[in-house]
Amino acid sequence: MAHEKETDEVTGVETTGHEWDGIRELDNPLPRWWLWIWYVSIAWAIVYWVLMPAWPGVSGYTKGILGQSDRVAVGKELKALEGHRGEGAALLRTASLEQIEKDPKLSAYAQQVGQSIFGDNCATCHGIGGTGGKGYANLRDDVWLWGGKLEDIQYTITHGVRSNDAETRFSAMPAFGRDEMLNTAQIDDLTEYVVKLSGRQADAAAVGRAAPLFEAQCVACHGVDGKGVQEMGGPDLTDADWLYGADRADIRSQIFSGNGGVMPAWGGRLSPETIKALSVYIHANAGGQ
Amino acid sequence: MSLWKHHAKFERHSLLLVVGILLVVSVGGLIEIAPLFWLQSTIEKVDGMRPYTPLELAGRDVYVKEGCYVCHSQMVRPLRDEVERYGHYSLAAESMYDHPFQWGSKRTGPDLARVGGKYSDTWHRDHLIDPRSVVPESVMPPYKFLAEKELDYSDIVDRLKTQRTVGVPYTDAQIANAKKDLEAQADPFSTDAVGLRERYDAKVVNRDFDGNPNKITEMDALVAYLQMLGTLVDFKTYKPQSPENQR
Repeated sequence: MAHEKETDEVTGVETTGHEWDGIRELDNPLPRWWLWIWYVSIAWAIVYWVLMPAWPGVSGYTKGILGQSDRVAVGKELKALEGHRGEGAALLRTASLEQIEKDPKLSAYAQQVGQSIFGDNCATCHGIGGTGGKGYANLRDDVWLWGGKLEDIQYTITHGVRSNDAETRFSAMPAFGRDEMLNTAQIDDLTEYVVKLSGRQADAAAVGRAAPLFEAQCVACHGVDGKGVQEMGGPDLTDADWLYGADRADIRSQIFSGNGGVMPAWGGRLSPETIKALSVYIHANAGGQ
Repeated sequence: MSLWKHHAKFERHSLLLVVGILLVVSVGGLIEIAPLFWLQSTIEKVDGMRPYTPLELAGRDVYVKEGCYVCHSQMVRPLRDEVERYGHYSLAAESMYDHPFQWGSKRTGPDLARVGGKYSDTWHRDHLIDPRSVVPESVMPPYKFLAEKELDYSDIVDRLKTQRTVGVPYTDAQIANAKKDLEAQADPFSTDAVGLRERYDAKVVNRDFDGNPNKITEMDALVAYLQMLGTLVDFKTYKPQSPENQR
């Protein structure tokens, strides 16, 4: 490798002085336009340090003369959002549930809000259309475990069911089989009894055997006639609506292991006016009470 | 330019070049990383943050092992629409016991920073076993095997010790009782749960997270972890508008 610089005869440009097997490299300067962009970038960095939060120090950092803060900015944007939502949002806060539902304009607004909140938070369990699934309540029909009045719905959303909220709605179906409160034959008989209650064909002898069992174990929550006791969260066993399935096997499994789903309390997550809108939306789209 | 002549020295001595590169590269690190060790303002002062319970820590390991972070972030950014959808933006304090943090960089699925308490254990179970049974449009793969796979927590004491080595303030009592605490949290009828709550927080709930009382599965651990996410900081006492919390 030679180190003497020389001038290339063809281009008239100085070489770097390196030579590899007779190949030499021209020592062209960097393109001017590129170099200038680089200088401007350095200058811009210095301007940026002055304007924006940049350098760490001993006990803090330079805040920059623009005082930019993402957290302040998002706080302002959320405030502005309240303004954009305007009159409807303000009315949701003050109006009662009945007033909201009676006022066609406000009710339409509440339902719009409710629908978007439902899609974001409730549809995950209750389904996009609110029709639920096995273990997740159907919100489109006229069957309500905890009441279908506006206030009932509002309460359920706010405090949840079997949630960690102190005022949660709570009921517990005993696990008659798993906890060995009833034997297998008794559970089989009760299953027939429940099938009969819902108006289907059932083994008459088993139904007869189960009648005293039902009266002893079930009537407190499901009522003497099996139509349910709302205050206890006891479902109606005479209708065709089954949270955990309508088949004999489903019913038997529910008597055996006593499932009870959890609905989280939304009071800490959604604002009271949002819950109002949601209640109106759900009430309007179901066979409300 | 005479200065460039000195550059030839670097180009001709490889060892000198290595030293030069190290010096230049370390400038970035020194300025961006080193101050975090002495700046007190980096992590906000909050109430409620505590180290993860052994079961949550094991669940976090399942989360990392299964690569949940590839599709889920754990970072609600301070942007209007994110705060509207997910809740309060994430604080640095909320990740201070994460080694490594699970902020993620991609959201094929939704952000999980505030998923704790949003759904029931049953929902998490149904969803992990077959995501499309509850969310028809989901593209998440099923994780049915977690419900069948028993959790291996034979090394849970060492895992807590490792966390302590990297700065998580686990107490001696927490480390000594790690195995007991893990078992207590997965059992709704455990008598040791009192000790678990004393050592961690009164709000820690012992439940049968996976609905199978016969064994502690990876599903138990993962659901316990998910149900805790974003619920630790007490936002009633946190003042987002005060100057020391602005950045």
